[in-house]
Amino acid sequence: MSDTTSQVAPRQAKRLSPRKRAQRTRVIQYGVLVVLVVVAALTIDGRQVQQVFLRPDLVLKTLGPELGAAFLNTIIYTAGAFVLGLAFGTVLALMKLSQVAPYRWLATIYTEFFRGVPAIIVLLAFSLMGVAFPGFSFPFDPYGTVWVALGIVTAAYMSETIRAGIQAVPKGQIEAARSLGMSPGMSMQRIVLPQAFRIVTPPLTNELVLLTKDSSLVYVLGLFASGYELTKFGRNLANTYANITPLVVAGFCYLIITLPLTYLVRRMEAKQRKATR
Amino acid sequence: MTGTTPSIPTGNRNDEIQIYDLHKSFGDLEVLKGITTTVHRGEVVCVIGPSGSGKSTLLRCVNLLEQPTQGRVFILNEEITDPDADIDRLRTTMGMVFQSFNLFPHLTALENCTIAQIRVLKKNPDEARAFAQANLDKVGLGDRGGSYPAQMSGGQQQRVAIARALSMDPEMMLFDEPTSALDPELVGDVLSVMRDLAQGGMTMMVVTHEMAFAREVADRVIFMDGGVIVEEGPPAEVIGKPTHERTRTFLKRVLDPTHVNAGDEDEAYAQRHAADSTPTA
Repeated sequence: MSDTTSQVAPRQAKRLSPRKRAQRTRVIQYGVLVVLVVVAALTIDGRQVQQVFLRPDLVLKTLGPELGAAFLNTIIYTAGAFVLGLAFGTVLALMKLSQVAPYRWLATIYTEFFRGVPAIIVLLAFSLMGVAFPGFSFPFDPYGTVWVALGIVTAAYMSETIRAGIQAVPKGQIEAARSLGMSPGMSMQRIVLPQAFRIVTPPLTNELVLLTKDSSLVYVLGLFASGYELTKFGRNLANTYANITPLVVAGFCYLIITLPLTYLVRRMEAKQRKATR
Repeated sequence: MTGTTPSIPTGNRNDEIQIYDLHKSFGDLEVLKGITTTVHRGEVVCVIGPSGSGKSTLLRCVNLLEQPTQGRVFILNEEITDPDADIDRLRTTMGMVFQSFNLFPHLTALENCTIAQIRVLKKNPDEARAFAQANLDKVGLGDRGGSYPAQMSGGQQQRVAIARALSMDPEMMLFDEPTSALDPELVGDVLSVMRDLAQGGMTMMVVTHEMAFAREVADRVIFMDGGVIVEEGPPAEVIGKPTHERTRTFLKRVLDPTHVNAGDEDEAYAQRHAADSTPTA
Protein backbone atom coordinates (compact mmCIF):
# COMPACT_ATOMS: atom_id res chain seq x y z
CA MET A 1 0.00 0.00 0.00
CA SER A 2 2.70 2.41 0.95
CA ASP A 3 4.52 1.38 -2.23
CA THR A 4 1.69 2.40 -4.48
CA THR A 5 1.23 5.75 -2.76
CA SER A 6 4.94 6.56 -2.86
CA GLN A 7 5.06 5.75 -6.57
CA VAL A 8 1.94 7.67 -7.36
CA ALA A 9 2.51 10.65 -5.12
CA PRO A 10 5.66 12.22 -6.64
CA ARG A 11 4.42 11.99 -10.22
CA GLN A 12 1.10 13.64 -9.42
CA ALA A 13 2.37 15.88 -6.68
CA LYS A 14 1.95 18.96 -8.81
CA ARG A 15 -1.65 18.34 -9.65
CA LEU A 16 -2.92 16.93 -6.31
CA SER A 17 -3.60 19.23 -3.40
CA PRO A 18 -2.68 17.90 0.08
CA ARG A 19 -6.35 17.44 0.83
CA LYS A 20 -6.86 15.40 -2.35
CA ARG A 21 -3.82 13.31 -1.55
CA ALA A 22 -5.11 12.56 1.97
CA GLN A 23 -8.45 11.63 0.46
CA ARG A 24 -6.79 9.26 -1.98
CA THR A 25 -4.84 7.52 0.83
CA ARG A 26 -8.05 7.04 2.76
CA VAL A 27 -9.81 5.53 -0.25
CA ILE A 28 -6.94 3.09 -0.72
CA GLN A 29 -7.12 2.05 2.93
CA TYR A 30 -10.86 1.36 2.69
CA GLY A 31 -10.26 -0.55 -0.52
CA VAL A 32 -7.75 -2.87 1.11
CA LEU A 33 -10.17 -3.49 3.95
CA VAL A 34 -13.00 -4.40 1.58
CA VAL A 35 -10.74 -6.79 -0.35
CA LEU A 36 -9.69 -8.52 2.90
CA VAL A 37 -13.32 -8.97 4.00
CA VAL A 38 -14.37 -10.36 0.61
CA VAL A 39 -11.46 -12.79 0.53
CA ALA A 40 -12.27 -13.94 4.06
CA ALA A 41 -15.94 -14.41 3.23
CA LEU A 42 -15.14 -16.45 0.14
CA THR A 43 -12.45 -18.72 1.61
CA ILE A 44 -13.59 -19.31 5.21
CA ASP A 45 -16.11 -22.04 5.87
CA GLY A 46 -18.11 -20.49 8.71
CA ARG A 47 -19.80 -23.71 9.76
CA GLN A 48 -16.49 -25.53 10.07
CA VAL A 49 -15.04 -22.72 12.22
CA GLN A 50 -18.07 -22.81 14.45
CA GLN A 51 -17.78 -26.60 14.81
CA VAL A 52 -14.23 -26.18 16.11
CA PHE A 53 -14.52 -23.12 18.31
CA LEU A 54 -18.12 -22.50 19.27
CA ARG A 55 -20.46 -25.49 18.97
CA PRO A 56 -23.90 -24.25 20.07
CA ASP A 57 -24.81 -27.47 21.90
CA LEU A 58 -21.57 -27.32 23.89
CA VAL A 59 -22.05 -23.64 24.64
CA LEU A 60 -25.37 -24.56 26.25
CA LYS A 61 -23.74 -27.42 28.16
CA THR A 62 -21.00 -25.11 29.42
CA LEU A 63 -23.40 -22.45 30.66
CA GLY A 64 -24.64 -23.54 34.05
CA PRO A 65 -24.21 -23.20 37.78
CA GLU A 66 -20.72 -24.70 37.61
CA LEU A 67 -19.59 -21.97 35.23
CA GLY A 68 -21.02 -19.46 37.70
CA ALA A 69 -19.03 -21.05 40.51
CA ALA A 70 -15.84 -20.96 38.43
CA PHE A 71 -16.53 -17.34 37.47
CA LEU A 72 -16.94 -16.49 41.16
CA ASN A 73 -13.74 -18.35 42.05
CA THR A 74 -11.79 -16.37 39.47
CA ILE A 75 -13.06 -13.16 41.04
CA ILE A 76 -12.35 -14.34 44.59
CA TYR A 77 -8.81 -15.46 43.72
CA THR A 78 -8.09 -12.20 41.92
CA ALA A 79 -9.62 -9.88 44.50
CA GLY A 80 -7.88 -11.56 47.43
CA ALA A 81 -4.52 -11.60 45.68
CA PHE A 82 -4.97 -7.94 44.67
CA VAL A 83 -5.70 -6.79 48.24
CA LEU A 84 -2.77 -8.79 49.57
CA GLY A 85 -0.50 -7.56 46.79
CA LEU A 86 -1.57 -3.97 47.37
CA ALA A 87 -0.78 -4.12 51.09
CA PHE A 88 2.51 -5.94 50.58
CA GLY A 89 3.39 -3.80 47.56
CA THR A 90 2.91 -0.63 49.64
CA VAL A 91 5.22 -1.99 52.33
CA LEU A 92 7.81 -2.85 49.67
CA ALA A 93 7.49 0.62 48.11
CA LEU A 94 8.11 2.25 51.50
CA MET A 95 11.08 -0.07 52.04
CA LYS A 96 12.52 1.05 48.72
CA LEU A 97 12.29 4.67 49.88
CA SER A 98 13.62 3.88 53.35
CA GLN A 99 16.63 5.63 54.86
CA VAL A 100 17.83 2.21 56.03
CA ALA A 101 19.92 0.74 53.22
CA PRO A 102 19.31 -2.97 53.98
CA TYR A 103 15.56 -2.40 53.62
CA ARG A 104 16.17 -0.91 50.20
CA TRP A 105 18.35 -3.87 49.21
CA LEU A 106 15.83 -6.43 50.45
CA ALA A 107 12.97 -4.76 48.61
CA THR A 108 14.99 -4.47 45.40
CA ILE A 109 16.13 -8.11 45.52
CA TYR A 110 12.54 -9.20 46.14
CA THR A 111 11.16 -7.16 43.25
CA GLU A 112 13.83 -8.19 40.79
CA PHE A 113 13.42 -11.86 41.73
CA PHE A 114 9.64 -12.10 41.46
CA ARG A 115 9.44 -9.90 38.38
CA GLY A 116 12.11 -11.96 36.65
CA VAL A 117 10.76 -15.45 37.43
CA PRO A 118 7.69 -16.80 35.58
CA ALA A 119 4.65 -16.74 37.85
CA ILE A 120 3.88 -20.35 37.05
CA ILE A 121 7.18 -21.48 38.60
CA VAL A 122 6.42 -19.53 41.78
CA LEU A 123 3.00 -21.16 41.92
CA LEU A 124 4.51 -24.62 41.38
CA ALA A 125 6.88 -24.00 44.26
CA PHE A 126 3.95 -22.94 46.39
CA SER A 127 2.12 -26.17 45.63
CA LEU A 128 4.89 -27.96 47.53
CA MET A 129 4.68 -25.77 50.64
CA GLY A 130 2.77 -28.44 52.55
CA VAL A 131 5.49 -30.98 51.73
CA ALA A 132 8.43 -28.70 52.50
CA PHE A 133 6.95 -27.60 55.82
CA PRO A 134 4.97 -30.61 57.13
CA GLY A 135 1.82 -29.61 58.94
CA PHE A 136 1.91 -26.11 57.45
CA SER A 137 -1.14 -24.87 55.59
CA PHE A 138 -2.58 -21.51 54.65
CA PRO A 139 -5.88 -20.45 56.22
CA PHE A 140 -9.03 -20.54 54.03
CA ASP A 141 -7.54 -23.26 51.85
CA PRO A 142 -7.46 -23.27 48.87
CA TYR A 143 -8.18 -19.54 48.74
CA GLY A 144 -5.43 -18.65 51.21
CA THR A 145 -2.77 -20.49 49.18
CA VAL A 146 -3.83 -18.83 45.94
CA TRP A 147 -4.06 -15.38 47.50
CA VAL A 148 -0.59 -15.60 48.99
CA ALA A 149 1.00 -17.16 45.89
CA LEU A 150 -0.49 -14.67 43.42
CA GLY A 151 -0.23 -11.79 45.90
CA ILE A 152 3.50 -12.33 46.34
CA VAL A 153 4.07 -12.15 42.59
CA THR A 154 1.83 -9.15 41.94
CA ALA A 155 3.24 -7.25 44.94
CA ALA A 156 6.58 -7.13 43.13
CA TYR A 157 5.01 -5.33 40.17
CA MET A 158 2.76 -3.11 42.28
CA SER A 159 5.59 -1.96 44.55
CA GLU A 160 7.35 -0.35 41.57
CA THR A 161 4.16 1.44 40.55
CA ILE A 162 3.42 2.62 44.08
CA ARG A 163 7.00 3.81 44.58
CA ALA A 164 6.73 5.88 41.41
CA GLY A 165 3.41 7.26 42.67
CA ILE A 166 4.91 8.30 46.00
CA GLN A 167 7.80 10.00 44.24
CA ALA A 168 5.38 11.79 41.91
CA VAL A 169 3.86 13.68 44.85
CA PRO A 170 5.56 17.11 44.85
CA LYS A 171 8.18 17.69 47.54
CA GLY A 172 6.31 20.84 48.60
CA GLN A 173 3.51 18.64 49.94
CA ILE A 174 5.84 17.04 52.49
CA GLU A 175 7.30 20.44 53.34
CA ALA A 176 3.84 21.88 53.94
CA ALA A 177 2.89 18.92 56.11
CA ARG A 178 6.12 19.11 58.13
CA SER A 179 5.78 22.89 58.53
CA LEU A 180 2.40 22.24 60.18
CA GLY A 181 4.16 20.08 62.75
CA MET A 182 3.33 16.67 61.27
CA SER A 183 5.86 13.91 61.88
CA PRO A 184 7.44 12.19 58.84
CA GLY A 185 5.20 9.15 59.34
CA MET A 186 2.04 11.21 59.63
CA SER A 187 2.97 13.27 56.57
CA MET A 188 3.40 10.04 54.60
CA GLN A 189 0.15 8.51 55.84
CA ARG A 190 -2.14 11.56 55.72
CA ILE A 191 -0.71 13.65 52.89
CA VAL A 192 1.58 11.70 50.54
CA LEU A 193 -0.01 8.23 50.34
CA PRO A 194 -3.58 9.44 49.62
CA GLN A 195 -2.24 11.50 46.71
CA ALA A 196 0.10 8.73 45.55
CA PHE A 197 -2.73 6.19 45.37
CA ARG A 198 -4.81 8.64 43.38
CA ILE A 199 -1.97 8.91 40.89
CA VAL A 200 -1.43 5.16 40.59
CA THR A 201 -5.07 4.06 40.48
CA PRO A 202 -5.11 3.71 36.67
CA PRO A 203 -1.87 1.66 36.45
CA LEU A 204 -2.95 -0.44 39.45
CA THR A 205 -6.25 -1.19 37.73
CA ASN A 206 -4.27 -2.35 34.72
CA GLU A 207 -2.38 -4.57 37.16
CA LEU A 208 -5.75 -5.94 38.28
CA VAL A 209 -6.59 -6.84 34.68
CA LEU A 210 -3.30 -8.70 34.32
CA LEU A 211 -3.88 -10.42 37.65
CA THR A 212 -7.36 -11.55 36.55
CA LYS A 213 -5.76 -13.36 33.63
CA ASP A 214 -2.85 -14.66 35.73
CA SER A 215 -5.36 -16.28 38.09
CA SER A 216 -5.74 -18.91 35.32
CA LEU A 217 -2.32 -20.23 36.39
CA VAL A 218 -3.52 -21.51 39.75
CA TYR A 219 -4.45 -24.86 38.20
CA VAL A 220 -0.84 -25.92 38.88
CA LEU A 221 -1.64 -25.84 42.59
CA GLY A 222 -3.73 -28.99 42.12
CA LEU A 223 -7.11 -27.73 43.25
CA PHE A 224 -10.26 -29.69 44.06
CA ALA A 225 -13.31 -29.27 41.82
CA SER A 226 -14.82 -26.75 44.23
CA GLY A 227 -11.81 -24.53 43.73
CA TYR A 228 -11.84 -24.54 39.91
CA GLU A 229 -11.68 -21.18 38.25
CA LEU A 230 -12.69 -20.34 34.68
CA THR A 231 -9.70 -21.74 32.79
CA LYS A 232 -9.41 -25.01 34.72
CA PHE A 233 -13.17 -25.50 34.47
CA GLY A 234 -13.13 -24.82 30.75
CA ARG A 235 -10.18 -27.10 30.14
CA ASN A 236 -11.79 -30.01 31.94
CA LEU A 237 -14.98 -29.67 29.92
CA ALA A 238 -12.98 -29.24 26.72
CA ASN A 239 -11.17 -32.49 27.44
CA THR A 240 -14.44 -34.27 28.18
CA TYR A 241 -16.08 -33.20 24.91
CA ALA A 242 -12.85 -33.20 22.87
CA ASN A 243 -13.79 -29.72 21.71
CA ILE A 244 -12.44 -26.32 22.66
CA THR A 245 -15.84 -24.60 22.88
CA PRO A 246 -16.03 -24.55 26.73
CA LEU A 247 -12.65 -22.81 26.88
CA VAL A 248 -13.78 -20.20 24.38
CA VAL A 249 -16.85 -19.58 26.55
CA ALA A 250 -14.54 -19.24 29.56
CA GLY A 251 -12.47 -16.75 27.57
CA PHE A 252 -15.55 -14.58 27.00
CA CYS A 253 -16.21 -14.71 30.75
CA TYR A 254 -12.80 -13.10 31.33
CA LEU A 255 -13.84 -10.29 29.01
CA ILE A 256 -16.91 -9.69 31.19
CA ILE A 257 -14.46 -8.89 34.02
CA THR A 258 -11.65 -7.16 32.15
CA LEU A 259 -13.51 -4.95 29.64
CA PRO A 260 -15.32 -2.86 32.31
CA LEU A 261 -12.01 -2.53 34.15
CA THR A 262 -10.11 -1.23 31.11
CA TYR A 263 -13.02 1.12 30.38
CA LEU A 264 -12.76 2.35 33.98
CA VAL A 265 -9.01 2.95 33.57
CA ARG A 266 -9.57 5.03 30.46
CA ARG A 267 -12.23 7.14 32.22
CA MET A 268 -9.96 7.68 35.23
CA GLU A 269 -7.01 8.65 33.05
CA ALA A 270 -9.14 11.14 31.13
CA LYS A 271 -10.39 12.59 34.40
CA GLN A 272 -6.83 12.89 35.73
CA ARG A 273 -5.68 14.65 32.59
CA LYS A 274 -8.47 17.15 33.05
CA ALA A 275 -7.62 17.68 36.73
CA THR A 276 -3.92 18.28 36.14
CA ARG A 277 -4.47 20.66 33.27
CA MET B 1 13.39 20.56 75.37
CA THR B 2 16.46 19.24 77.17
CA GLY B 3 16.27 21.86 79.90
CA THR B 4 19.90 22.92 79.67
CA THR B 5 19.72 26.58 78.76
CA PRO B 6 22.49 27.61 76.37
CA SER B 7 24.07 30.96 77.09
CA ILE B 8 23.23 32.47 73.72
CA PRO B 9 19.46 32.97 73.92
CA THR B 10 18.58 36.17 75.68
CA GLY B 11 15.72 34.61 77.58
CA ASN B 12 13.78 37.71 76.62
CA ARG B 13 10.14 36.77 75.96
CA ASN B 14 10.10 39.31 73.17
CA ASP B 15 12.81 37.63 71.12
CA GLU B 16 10.87 35.19 68.96
CA ILE B 17 13.43 34.22 66.31
CA GLN B 18 17.15 34.45 67.07
CA ILE B 19 19.62 33.51 64.37
CA TYR B 20 23.33 33.21 65.21
CA ASP B 21 26.12 32.91 62.66
CA LEU B 22 23.99 30.81 60.30
CA HIS B 23 25.81 29.07 57.43
CA LYS B 24 24.26 26.85 54.79
CA SER B 25 26.02 25.12 51.90
CA PHE B 26 24.60 23.03 49.09
CA GLY B 27 27.58 20.92 48.10
CA ASP B 28 30.40 23.34 47.30
CA LEU B 29 28.05 26.30 47.02
CA GLU B 30 27.84 28.35 50.20
CA VAL B 31 24.45 30.06 50.12
CA LEU B 32 24.45 31.58 53.61
CA LYS B 33 27.72 32.95 54.95
CA GLY B 34 27.05 33.80 58.56
CA ILE B 35 23.68 35.42 59.23
CA THR B 36 22.92 36.89 62.66
CA THR B 37 19.67 38.66 63.44
CA THR B 38 16.73 38.66 65.82
CA VAL B 39 13.02 39.04 65.12
CA HIS B 40 11.04 40.45 68.04
CA ARG B 41 7.45 39.89 69.09
CA GLY B 42 5.01 41.73 66.84
CA GLU B 43 7.75 42.80 64.47
CA VAL B 44 7.31 42.60 60.69
CA VAL B 45 10.63 41.92 59.00
CA CYS B 46 10.86 41.93 55.21
CA VAL B 47 13.85 40.21 53.63
CA ILE B 48 14.71 41.57 50.19
CA GLY B 49 17.54 40.94 47.79
CA PRO B 50 18.40 39.62 44.33
CA SER B 51 17.54 36.02 43.44
CA GLY B 52 20.22 33.67 44.67
CA SER B 53 21.06 35.91 47.60
CA GLY B 54 19.97 33.19 50.04
CA LYS B 55 16.88 34.90 51.47
CA SER B 56 14.55 31.93 50.92
CA THR B 57 17.18 29.56 52.29
CA LEU B 58 17.43 31.74 55.40
CA LEU B 59 13.67 31.51 55.93
CA ARG B 60 13.69 27.74 55.37
CA CYS B 61 16.51 27.34 57.89
CA VAL B 62 14.39 29.09 60.53
CA ASN B 63 11.88 26.20 60.65
CA LEU B 64 14.50 23.67 59.67
CA LEU B 65 13.08 22.75 56.26
CA GLU B 66 16.76 23.18 55.41
CA GLN B 67 19.31 21.87 57.87
CA PRO B 68 21.88 24.63 58.51
CA THR B 69 25.51 23.63 57.97
CA GLN B 70 26.63 25.73 60.92
CA GLY B 71 25.13 28.18 63.41
CA ARG B 72 22.18 28.14 65.75
CA VAL B 73 18.53 29.16 65.53
CA PHE B 74 16.32 29.79 68.57
CA ILE B 75 12.55 29.88 68.39
CA LEU B 76 10.93 31.42 71.48
CA ASN B 77 14.29 30.95 73.24
CA GLU B 78 14.35 27.24 72.46
CA GLU B 79 17.08 25.97 70.15
CA ILE B 80 15.53 24.34 67.06
CA THR B 81 18.99 23.45 65.73
CA ASP B 82 19.61 21.32 68.84
CA PRO B 83 19.68 17.69 67.60
CA ASP B 84 17.40 16.73 70.48
CA ALA B 85 14.90 19.53 69.88
CA ASP B 86 11.23 18.64 69.41
CA ILE B 87 11.14 20.11 65.93
CA ASP B 88 7.53 19.14 65.23
CA ARG B 89 6.30 20.97 68.34
CA LEU B 90 8.39 24.07 67.59
CA ARG B 91 7.09 24.14 64.03
CA THR B 92 3.52 24.40 65.30
CA THR B 93 4.47 27.84 66.67
CA MET B 94 5.42 29.16 63.21
CA GLY B 95 3.06 29.21 60.28
CA MET B 96 4.74 28.88 56.90
CA VAL B 97 3.37 30.17 53.60
CA PHE B 98 5.05 28.94 50.41
CA GLN B 99 5.54 30.51 47.02
CA SER B 100 3.73 27.59 45.36
CA PHE B 101 0.92 27.47 48.00
CA ASN B 102 1.38 23.71 48.59
CA LEU B 103 -2.24 23.19 49.57
CA PHE B 104 -3.20 19.54 49.98
CA PRO B 105 -5.09 18.86 46.72
CA HIS B 106 -6.99 15.85 48.07
CA LEU B 107 -8.58 17.90 50.86
CA THR B 108 -11.12 20.74 50.77
CA ALA B 109 -10.12 24.23 51.85
CA LEU B 110 -11.70 23.63 55.26
CA GLU B 111 -10.03 20.21 55.64
CA ASN B 112 -6.70 21.79 54.73
CA CYS B 113 -7.22 24.03 57.74
CA THR B 114 -8.41 21.31 60.13
CA ILE B 115 -6.17 18.30 59.43
CA ALA B 116 -3.15 19.48 61.42
CA GLN B 117 -5.33 20.89 64.20
CA ILE B 118 -6.93 17.47 64.62
CA ARG B 119 -3.89 15.25 63.98
CA VAL B 120 -1.11 17.35 65.50
CA LEU B 121 -2.75 19.56 68.12
CA LYS B 122 -5.28 16.79 68.93
CA LYS B 123 -8.15 19.27 68.96
CA ASN B 124 -11.65 17.84 68.69
CA PRO B 125 -13.03 18.08 65.14
CA ASP B 126 -15.88 20.49 65.91
CA GLU B 127 -13.56 22.91 67.63
CA ALA B 128 -11.05 22.60 64.77
CA ARG B 129 -13.72 23.25 62.14
CA ALA B 130 -15.00 26.33 63.98
CA PHE B 131 -11.49 27.83 64.23
CA ALA B 132 -10.71 26.90 60.60
CA GLN B 133 -13.93 28.61 59.49
CA ALA B 134 -13.01 31.72 61.48
CA ASN B 135 -9.64 31.83 59.70
CA LEU B 136 -11.20 31.32 56.27
CA ASP B 137 -13.53 34.21 57.11
CA LYS B 138 -10.50 36.28 58.05
CA VAL B 139 -8.91 35.79 54.62
CA GLY B 140 -12.24 36.52 52.91
CA LEU B 141 -12.98 32.94 51.80
CA GLY B 142 -15.54 31.92 54.40
CA ASP B 143 -17.89 30.67 51.70
CA ARG B 144 -15.28 28.49 49.92
CA GLY B 145 -14.63 25.97 52.72
CA GLY B 146 -16.05 23.11 50.65
CA SER B 147 -13.98 23.85 47.55
CA TYR B 148 -10.95 21.85 46.51
CA PRO B 149 -7.72 23.72 45.72
CA ALA B 150 -8.01 22.90 42.00
CA GLN B 151 -11.33 24.79 41.93
CA MET B 152 -9.76 28.01 43.21
CA SER B 153 -7.59 30.74 41.69
CA GLY B 154 -3.98 31.14 42.73
CA GLY B 155 -4.80 34.11 44.90
CA GLN B 156 -7.57 32.20 46.65
CA GLN B 157 -5.30 29.19 47.14
CA GLN B 158 -2.64 31.36 48.74
CA ARG B 159 -5.19 32.89 51.08
CA VAL B 160 -6.36 29.40 52.08
CA ALA B 161 -2.69 28.56 52.69
CA ILE B 162 -2.48 31.56 55.02
CA ALA B 163 -5.68 30.43 56.78
CA ARG B 164 -4.21 26.93 57.09
CA ALA B 165 -1.10 28.32 58.76
CA LEU B 166 -3.19 30.58 61.04
CA SER B 167 -5.32 27.61 62.07
CA MET B 168 -2.37 26.30 64.09
CA ASP B 169 -2.67 29.51 66.15
CA PRO B 170 1.03 30.26 65.59
CA GLU B 171 3.17 32.82 67.44
CA MET B 172 4.75 33.93 64.18
CA MET B 173 4.36 33.60 60.42
CA LEU B 174 7.00 32.93 57.78
CA PHE B 175 6.23 33.97 54.20
CA ASP B 176 8.42 32.66 51.38
CA GLU B 177 7.75 34.91 48.35
CA PRO B 178 3.99 34.49 48.83
CA THR B 179 2.98 36.52 45.77
CA SER B 180 5.70 35.54 43.29
CA ALA B 181 3.64 32.77 41.66
CA LEU B 182 0.49 34.88 41.32
CA ASP B 183 -0.96 36.73 38.37
CA PRO B 184 -0.46 40.47 38.96
CA GLU B 185 -4.16 41.19 39.47
CA LEU B 186 -4.37 38.58 42.27
CA VAL B 187 -1.41 39.90 44.28
CA GLY B 188 -3.43 42.65 45.97
CA ASP B 189 -5.84 40.32 47.80
CA VAL B 190 -2.99 38.31 49.32
CA LEU B 191 -1.04 41.42 50.33
CA SER B 192 -4.08 42.97 51.97
CA VAL B 193 -4.58 39.81 54.07
CA MET B 194 -0.93 40.04 55.09
CA ARG B 195 -1.32 43.74 55.89
CA ASP B 196 -4.28 42.93 58.17
CA LEU B 197 -2.21 40.27 59.90
CA ALA B 198 0.64 42.71 60.47
CA GLN B 199 -1.71 45.32 61.85
CA GLY B 200 -3.17 42.66 64.17
CA GLY B 201 0.26 42.37 65.78
CA MET B 202 1.44 39.08 64.22
CA THR B 203 5.20 38.52 64.20
CA MET B 204 6.12 38.12 60.53
CA MET B 205 9.22 37.31 58.54
CA VAL B 206 8.51 37.93 54.86
CA VAL B 207 10.76 37.15 51.92
CA THR B 208 9.35 39.31 49.15
CA HIS B 209 9.91 41.27 45.96
CA GLU B 210 7.02 43.63 46.72
CA MET B 211 8.92 46.81 47.59
CA ALA B 212 5.74 48.84 48.09
CA PHE B 213 4.51 46.29 50.63
CA ALA B 214 7.87 46.24 52.42
CA ARG B 215 8.00 50.02 52.56
CA GLU B 216 4.48 50.30 53.92
CA VAL B 217 4.16 47.35 56.29
CA ALA B 218 7.65 46.36 57.44
CA ASP B 219 9.10 47.52 60.73
CA ARG B 220 12.51 46.49 59.52
CA VAL B 221 13.93 45.59 56.12
CA ILE B 222 16.86 43.21 55.68
CA PHE B 223 18.76 43.49 52.40
CA MET B 224 20.69 40.33 51.56
CA ASP B 225 23.20 39.74 48.79
CA GLY B 226 25.68 36.93 48.28
CA GLY B 227 24.66 35.09 51.45
CA VAL B 228 25.21 37.96 53.88
CA ILE B 229 23.11 40.76 55.33
CA VAL B 230 24.34 43.88 53.55
CA GLU B 231 22.22 46.27 55.52
CA GLU B 232 19.13 46.32 57.70
CA GLY B 233 16.97 48.95 59.26
CA PRO B 234 13.62 50.73 58.95
CA PRO B 235 12.22 50.73 55.40
CA ALA B 236 12.59 54.51 55.16
CA GLU B 237 16.35 54.04 55.49
CA VAL B 238 17.07 50.77 53.64
CA ILE B 239 14.63 51.40 50.78
CA GLY B 240 14.43 55.19 51.13
CA LYS B 241 18.10 56.14 51.36
CA PRO B 242 20.29 53.02 51.21
CA THR B 243 23.90 53.48 52.30
CA HIS B 244 25.45 50.57 50.38
CA GLU B 245 26.18 50.55 46.69
CA ARG B 246 24.84 46.98 46.29
CA THR B 247 21.52 47.97 47.85
CA ARG B 248 21.27 51.01 45.59
CA THR B 249 21.97 48.92 42.48
CA PHE B 250 19.39 46.31 43.47
CA LEU B 251 16.69 48.87 44.26
CA LYS B 252 17.37 50.73 41.05
CA ARG B 253 16.77 47.54 39.08
CA VAL B 254 13.63 46.60 40.99
CA LEU B 255 12.03 50.04 41.16
CA ASP B 256 12.92 51.14 37.62
CA PRO B 257 11.85 48.31 35.31
CA THR B 258 13.16 49.96 32.17
CA HIS B 259 16.60 49.71 33.66
CA VAL B 260 16.41 45.90 33.83
CA ASN B 261 16.50 45.46 30.09
CA ALA B 262 19.01 48.19 29.45
CA GLY B 263 22.33 46.38 29.78
CA ASP B 264 21.92 43.52 32.21
CA GLU B 265 21.64 40.58 29.87
CA ASP B 266 24.24 38.00 30.67
CA GLU B 267 26.64 36.81 28.03
CA ALA B 268 24.83 33.54 27.34
CA TYR B 269 21.59 35.37 26.68
CA ALA B 270 23.30 37.83 24.36
CA GLN B 271 24.92 34.98 22.43
CA ARG B 272 21.69 33.05 22.15
CA HIS B 273 20.00 36.17 20.93
CA ALA B 274 22.69 36.72 18.32
CA ALA B 275 22.46 33.11 17.16
CA ASP B 276 18.70 33.40 16.85
CA SER B 277 18.79 36.47 14.72
CA THR B 278 21.49 35.47 12.21
CA PRO B 279 19.53 32.88 10.17
CA THR B 280 16.55 35.16 9.71
CA ALA B 281 18.73 38.10 8.71
